[in-house]
Amino acid sequence: MKKTVLRKPKGFIDVYKHKPGAEKDRTHYCPGCGHGILHKLIAEAIEDLDIIDDTILISPVGCSVFAYYYFDTGNFQVAHGRAPAVGTAVSRANPDKVVISYQGDGDLAAIGGNNILQAANRGENIAVFFVNNAIYGMTGGQMAPTTLLEQITTTTPYGRNANTDGFPMKMCEVLSQLSAPTYVERVSLHDAPHIRRTRAAVRKALQNAKERKGFQFVEVLSTCPSGWKIDPVKSMEWVKEKMLPQFPLGVYKDVSNEAVAVERPVPIFDPAIVWEKLGISSVADVDFPRGDVPDEYRKMSIRVAGFGGQGIMVTGQALASVALEYGYNVSWLPSYGPEMRGGTANCSVNIQDGTIGAAEAVKPGLLLAMNRPSLEKFEKFIVPGGTLIYNSTLIDIKPVRNDIKVFAIPITGIADELGNTRVQSLVNIGAYAAITGMFNVDHVVELLPKLFKGKKQAIIDLNAKAVKAGYDYVKENF
Amino acid sequence: MARMLMKGNYAAVYGAAMAGCTAYYGYPITPASEIAESAAALFPKLGRIFLQAESEVAAINMVYGAAGSGQRVMTGSSGPGISLKSEGISYCAGAALPCVIVDIMRGGPGLGNIGPEQSDYNQVVKGGGHGNYKNIVLAPNSSQEMCDYTMLAFELADKYRTPVFVLTDGVIGQMMESVTIPEPVKELPDKSDYAVFGNPLHKNLVNSIYIDHDDLEAWNMVLYKKYQQIEENEVRFEEYMMDDAEIVVVGYGSVSRVLRTAVDDARAKGVKMGLFRPITLFPFPVNEIAAFPGRGVKHVLTVELSTGQMVDDVNLALGGVIKSDLYFRLGGNVPSADEITGKVSELYGEVK
Amino acid sequence: MTDAKYPRSEVDPDKCKGCGLCIAACPKKVLVFSPKLNSKGYHYAEYVGSGCVGCGNCFYNCPEPDAITVYLRNYDPEKVV
Ligand SMILES: Cc1ncc(C[n+]2csc(CCOP(=O)(O)OP(=O)(O)O)c2C)c(N)n1
Ligand code: SF4
Ligand code: SF4
Repeated sequence: MKKTVLRKPKGFIDVYKHKPGAEKDRTHYCPGCGHGILHKLIAEAIEDLDIIDDTILISPVGCSVFAYYYFDTGNFQVAHGRAPAVGTAVSRANPDKVVISYQGDGDLAAIGGNNILQAANRGENIAVFFVNNAIYGMTGGQMAPTTLLEQITTTTPYGRNANTDGFPMKMCEVLSQLSAPTYVERVSLHDAPHIRRTRAAVRKALQNAKERKGFQFVEVLSTCPSGWKIDPVKSMEWVKEKMLPQFPLGVYKDVSNEAVAVERPVPIFDPAIVWEKLGISSVADVDFPRGDVPDEYRKMSIRVAGFGGQGIMVTGQALASVALEYGYNVSWLPSYGPEMRGGTANCSVNIQDGTIGAAEAVKPGLLLAMNRPSLEKFEKFIVPGGTLIYNSTLIDIKPVRNDIKVFAIPITGIADELGNTRVQSLVNIGAYAAITGMFNVDHVVELLPKLFKGKKQAIIDLNAKAVKAGYDYVKENF
Repeated sequence: MARMLMKGNYAAVYGAAMAGCTAYYGYPITPASEIAESAAALFPKLGRIFLQAESEVAAINMVYGAAGSGQRVMTGSSGPGISLKSEGISYCAGAALPCVIVDIMRGGPGLGNIGPEQSDYNQVVKGGGHGNYKNIVLAPNSSQEMCDYTMLAFELADKYRTPVFVLTDGVIGQMMESVTIPEPVKELPDKSDYAVFGNPLHKNLVNSIYIDHDDLEAWNMVLYKKYQQIEENEVRFEEYMMDDAEIVVVGYGSVSRVLRTAVDDARAKGVKMGLFRPITLFPFPVNEIAAFPGRGVKHVLTVELSTGQMVDDVNLALGGVIKSDLYFRLGGNVPSADEITGKVSELYGEVK
Repeated sequence: MTDAKYPRSEVDPDKCKGCGLCIAACPKKVLVFSPKLNSKGYHYAEYVGSGCVGCGNCFYNCPEPDAITVYLRNYDPEKVV
C-alpha cells in the first residue's frame, strides 16, 4: 500500500483519555522501548486492514498493561498471564471480531504458560503478539522465562544458570508443535529491515485474524533498555548479538493458505425456545390420584442399602420419581464420598407432604436392605414400629428386632427368574407399592417409559414385569 | 412437565438456563462436576456456550471475558477450585463485572475429601481474593432453591454489577428433589454502557487498574457504597418456629434442613426452639439476629460444617448481649437431628 | 506546499523521548540530537533540513506514536532502503 505520509496511525486513540495526568499525547513507555515500536505496527495494520471498529484488544500485566490507553479498539485489561483465557471467552462471545492478545514474556511464558498452550491448542480465533524482551520490565528487571543463560537480572545476580534456573523458553518452537495454530513466526525489532519483517508478520497475523483463520502467534524479539540497563541504540545491538542466536528468527508454522475460517456460533438468547429445546412441557402437571395410604406410610423416611451394582441408587431414585407423580415432596440423597468406592452403597429417600427437613434417613421408617452388611449396619436405626424389607435371596440371617414389621422377599431371586438381576430395583418398587399402598402398580408401569427414557421397549417391558412380580409376591405371601 | 426430579447441581444449571445465561466455563471437581456436565448437556441445545477450561484459573478469566462482553455467564466449582478462582473473582469485582459462581463446598483444607463441609464460608463471604470487595452470597438448601437462587443470582449480579456466589455444600449439590422449572426470563438487561462489543459505538474498556491513588480511592468508595446498598436492600433469611422461641438454632444450607427436623423434634417435647436460617450470607441478616434478645431469645446455637466461621458473624450481630454457642461436624460428617437436640439439652438443660 | 519539501522528516520536540533510535536508523544521517532540551529534559531528535530520502526508517523505529511524521509523495513501506 502506497502512502504519502507516515504519521500516527488511526489505530491509535487521538487523545489518550484513559491515561491519568496531563500527558495524554505520549506513551508511558521508557525511551527506546520496543513495546512502542510494536504498538505502532499493530495500530497501523489495524487502520490499513480497516478493522478499527471490529477489534478487541486485551492488555496483559507487564509494561504493556496500559496498552489500552492507546488503541482505538474495544479494550480489556486482564490478570497476569490470563489474556488467552479471557480472549477465548471474548472471541466465543464475538465470533466475528478480531481479538488481539498482547503479552510479555513473563505474562505469556511463565505465569500464563498453560493458558497460551491451551488456547493455541483449541485453535482460538486470537492473534497473539508476544513481546520477548528477555526480562520482567515492569517489576524492575527480574528473570523472565526467556532470559538468556548468563544474563544478569535482579533475580539472577550471578547470571542465569541452566542448572538452577533452566533454559530460555522457546515459545515458537513449542507452539508450532501443536496441530491447531495457523501461523507461528518469530521476528525481531533490532533494525529497520527486521522491523519491516515484523510489520509484515503483524499484518499477516491480523489479516488471518480478520478472516477468522484460528490461532496466530507472532513472537517479537524486543528491547527493554531500562531493565537491561543498556541505552536504546545499544539495546538493539544486544538483541542482534545475544538474542538472535538463542531465538532463531523465521516462520515456525504457516498453514494460512490452507486454513479455513473457524466458524463458531454466536451465542443465542431466545427465551421462546428454551423449554421446548430442553424438553420441558408447558402442560400443567397432573398428579396421580392417591390410594388409601395407612397413616404410618404417609410420611416416609427410607434408607436403601446394598452392594454397588444392586440398583440401590436406581431404587431410591425410582421411589422418589414415582412419589413425585402423586404430588409428594421428595428427596433422594446418595451416600457419596468415602463409602462410594468401597463397594457398598446406600441412599436416603424422603416422601411426604410439606417441607422436608433432614435429607439423610438417619432413623428410617423403612429400611430396604439388599445385602447382609446393610441389614447388620442399619437395622438398629429403624424407628420402633417401622418397616424392614430385606432381600432374603442373599441375606441368610434373621433380623433381630421384634418391634418392627418385617418383609423377607427374595428380591434377587425374583429378578433372576425374570431373566435379569438388573431389574431388582423395580421388584423393589412393586414390593414397596404393595406394602405401603402409596403407589398403584399400573401408575408405576405407566411411568416406566419416562423413568427409562431412551431405553429399548424390551427393557421397559421387563421392568414392568418386575414391578408386578414384586407386588404380587407381597400380596401372595403377607 | 415443568416439574422434574433433579440434583441440586443440575437445578443450578436449569436456573442459569432460565436466567438467560449464555456461557458456562468450568473445570470438573467433585462434588460440583454435575454442574459442568449438565451445562455441557444443556447449553449446546440452546445455542449457548459450554467450554471445559484448562483450570479454574482459566475458567474464571473466561468468565471475566464473557461478562465483559456483555454475556450472562457462570462457572461452578468446589473448595480447591474456588481458591484458584480467587484472583479472578477479585478482578471481576474490581472491574464491576456481573457473574455467577456456584460453590459446592467439600472437605478441606488441602485436598481434604469430597464429603460435605461449609468451610469455604470465610473465603467466599469475606471476599477471598485481594482488595476491598465482597461477593453477594446466596445459600440455597434445596434443589428448588438451587434453581431459583441461581436465577436470582443473575438478577442481582446485573443489578449491582458484581460477582454473586451460590454457596452450598455437597449434600445439596448431590441430592435429588423435585424442581418446578421457572419460566425463562423474557429479556436481558442492556449492558451497552460498559460491555465491550467491538463495534464503533461500544468501544468500552473493561479494567480494574487505577494507577492514580486518588482515582483508586474514589473507585473503592463507589464499590463501598455499592456494598452498603446491597446490605440495605438484599438481606434474605428464613425463620421457622421463631415466634415464641427461647432457643434459636442458626444454620444455612444442608445444616438448616437438619435443624428444622431438630426443631420439630424439640417442639414435640415442648421445648421452645426455633430455626433462623440466613439465606444471604453477604449481606448477612445482622439486624434480624441483633433483634433476638428483644424477642425473648435466651440461647443461640450456631451449627456449621466448619469450625466456627459463620458463628463469628452471628456473634458480631448479637453484639455480646448473648453469645452464640457453636456446634460443628467436619470432614464430610453431617450432624443428625438427635445430635442437635442432645446438644441443646446438654447446653441449656430442659428449657421450658 | 511545494515539491521541494518532499520527502522530509519532522520531529515533534515535545513528544520525542530522545532515545536516538531514529538517528541510528537513518541511512542518510540527516537526523541529529538537538542541542536544545524539550520540556521533559530530553535532547530531542531533529531533521537537519535536507537529505531525507523518505525511507521511513525513523518513523518505524520510533517507539512514540506521534513523535515523527515523514512526508512523502510516493512511498512503499514494504520496500527496504
Ligand atoms: C499474579 C501476579 N503476580 C505477579 C505480578 C507482578 N508482575 C507485574 S508485571 C510482571 C512481569 C511482567 O513481565 P513481562 O510479562 O515480561 O512484561 P514486560 O514488563 O517485560 O513487558 C510481574 C511479575 C502481578 N501483577 N500479578
Ligand atoms: S521497563 Fe523495559 S519494557 Fe518496560 S517500558 Fe521501560 S523499556 Fe519498555
Ligand atoms: S526515535 Fe522517536 S523518540 Fe526516539 S529520538 Fe527519534 S523521534 Fe525521538
